[in-house]
Amino acid sequence: MDGVFISVEVNGDAAADAALAAKLEEVCPVSIFKGTPSGVEINAEFLDECVLCGLCLDAAPDGAVTVTKLYSGETLTR
Amino acid sequence: MSILVNENTTFIVQGITGREAVNLTRECLDYGKGAKVVGGVTPGRLGREVHGVPVFDTVAQAVAHHGSPIDGSVVTVPPAFTKDAVFEAIENGIKLIVIVTERIPRRDVAQMVELATLRGARIIGPNCLGIIVPDVVKMGGIGGPAKDAAKSYTPGSVGVISRSGGMTTEMSSTLTAAGLGQSTAVSIGGDAIIGSSYAELMPLFEADEQTEAIVIYTEPGGRMEAELAKWVTDNNSRLPIVAFMAGRFMDEMPGMSFGHAGTIVEGKEDTATEKIARLAEAGIVVAEEIAEIPELVKQAIAKRKG
Amino acid sequence: MRFFEYEAREIVKRAGIPVTDFGFTRDAAEAKEIAARIGGPTVIKSQVLSGGRMKAGGVQFADTPEEAQTHAENVLKLEINGQMPRGILVDPKADIDQEFYVGVVWDGTAKQPVIIFSPVGGIDIEQVAEEQPDKVGRRHFSNILPFSDYIAKEVIASTGVTGSDLNKLVPIVTKLAKLFVEKDMTLAEINPLGKLKDGSFVALDAHMDMENEARGRHKALLADLGVADEETREAREATPFEIAGEAVDAMDHRGVAGNVTEFDGNLGLVIGAGGGSLTLFDAVRAQGGDPANYCEIGGNPSVNKACGLAKLVLQKPGVDKIAVMMSIVSNTRVDIVARGVIKACLELNMDPAEKIAIFRIPGAWEDEGFLILDKYGVEYADRSVSLHEAARRAVEKIGAAA
Repeated sequence: MDGVFISVEVNGDAAADAALAAKLEEVCPVSIFKGTPSGVEINAEFLDECVLCGLCLDAAPDGAVTVTKLYSGETLTR
Repeated sequence: MSILVNENTTFIVQGITGREAVNLTRECLDYGKGAKVVGGVTPGRLGREVHGVPVFDTVAQAVAHHGSPIDGSVVTVPPAFTKDAVFEAIENGIKLIVIVTERIPRRDVAQMVELATLRGARIIGPNCLGIIVPDVVKMGGIGGPAKDAAKSYTPGSVGVISRSGGMTTEMSSTLTAAGLGQSTAVSIGGDAIIGSSYAELMPLFEADEQTEAIVIYTEPGGRMEAELAKWVTDNNSRLPIVAFMAGRFMDEMPGMSFGHAGTIVEGKEDTATEKIARLAEAGIVVAEEIAEIPELVKQAIAKRKG
Repeated sequence: MRFFEYEAREIVKRAGIPVTDFGFTRDAAEAKEIAARIGGPTVIKSQVLSGGRMKAGGVQFADTPEEAQTHAENVLKLEINGQMPRGILVDPKADIDQEFYVGVVWDGTAKQPVIIFSPVGGIDIEQVAEEQPDKVGRRHFSNILPFSDYIAKEVIASTGVTGSDLNKLVPIVTKLAKLFVEKDMTLAEINPLGKLKDGSFVALDAHMDMENEARGRHKALLADLGVADEETREAREATPFEIAGEAVDAMDHRGVAGNVTEFDGNLGLVIGAGGGSLTLFDAVRAQGGDPANYCEIGGNPSVNKACGLAKLVLQKPGVDKIAVMMSIVSNTRVDIVARGVIKACLELNMDPAEKIAIFRIPGAWEDEGFLILDKYGVEYADRSVSLHEAARRAVEKIGAAA
């Protein structure tokens, strides 16, 4: 999912993990993730509020979440 | 040397579990030689830690845990609770209190300041960012994270006193870029009544051998500049002062307040024009732009030495 | 927050200080009824927050209720210094023997309230202080110790007032001092305080200013007086542009992007923080620039709020470009503000490189911010460019555009 400045992706298996979804919703300080019983949804209107804190990367398994800075192309993952 | 604080100063953070206070604690621990933050207070949070700093319910518990008197406190609790927190600090023997909180009614501030005076304590603020001794210690959010503060502040001979927290850093950064370091920089707060005015800090700088000149940032509103001008004249101060006055446009808009609560012009002596005249009469140089300040400071120091 | 005279008088009355039997109304016919009830000559006074009422014709004297109604009709229609009156006050024309002055204000140097008293009232106290300094008494009092009558007695006696006047004045001055403290006033003034022919004292006009920061502690009083929460009572009323600025700041609780004040120039300003904004506004004008507005960003606002503020300024009629400038930031993040102002341009189908004359915010997360600005071709500056130099570049660009 893309904002103007930030894009966030949760890869296939992780995206359908309800427990992980709830955890992502809890850690993100700007409410980008929404936990649902069927997995994670992205609140598109908050993507550009991302403060690059990395808490979502730390909360998820390696490589499950990728944050991309659309203005420089740099990707953040773990 | 420095004024107010040094590397041995111990202090607590009241309201330490708040979001801004958590950041401020980290910054102080990381900066310079590392501040001695010996505790934090948030009622109901006894036993927690913030960046390794133990949290207590009361100031008395923090003092008991430390085992000897604590020098200072940074108060970051909401406005409705600030007076109580400051009274608690003063009555537990704390002598230096930095109040970060904004929007505290004047009645409360005046009560805190009067009690502090009775007990021999000093208040910096409210509505301020605190105190920094470059490369040694900072007490408060002044300059931001340690690595950012290091870009703006360097040790040296200029004392900085400012009614604006952000402009304390802007002016110090300008001095640093010109090769002039700072002895101590104090953000004194933007409210109409504050614990320590320019004139009340001058004796400390006067007694500090490292300090050779003073730079102040000032605004319309209040009589603090007139008080400074009088102090300088009465005491035949050894320190040249360079001042920068912002908010000159406000002279055209009486009764309006911009920037800080204390800027409201309540009488003709409060205006920028009047203040500039007062400062100039006392031999204080008033810079037109921030960028002129370093050169004016250098000239003033050379003149005194010459 | 300043009170209208009719509100200030009500506050004084509630504190137990004698006032005349005045009436407030917004209706000329009712003014006639009030005048009839009062009986005898009356004074019709325009209720505006501006000074200079007398000179502008906002104070009229009437001998009969009919005359009171005619004056009321005229005064209600009279604009004074850009303000239409809130209503009128109908006051008995008192039979005055002597006019006194009493006021309480804060002394920021002493950090205590100070009572100012004079047996010469009815005129500006600063004028009395200049012309007859021995007729003006000043007395500070403690913030911590309970107020005691002797303090009032001392300040009154210091002006040479004695006898039964002194004894009658002590409770009035005491009540005013206590009211000042209890109601968080920044100014509590009775001028004139009239001595009637029978030797009693009565407040003939009152001026009260309550500290904005303390309004929350006096909700009941403000509700009783009918003061609405959104009434700012600034020196001039908020414009629609300024009200829209308040709405932007209220979008969320993260940081500040507001304190918008409208001016009529062509250079929109997105500036901060408190001291930085004051410095930058001066700097733009010193460089010959014509600001469209004043505002303040601080405390690390959300992208959404920075965007909202920038959009508001960009859409203001007459704005050609905006300058985004702050003093070095340590809490507010450069990249977040950069995202906000660029997003504002994009959402309005404007080119950020063309619309943003300069972006000068050094400090926290500046490297990240500069990457964003590079991508959109916006001219930016770091801390090596002074606030005044940034303002100069902005003014130069807008000059070229005009």
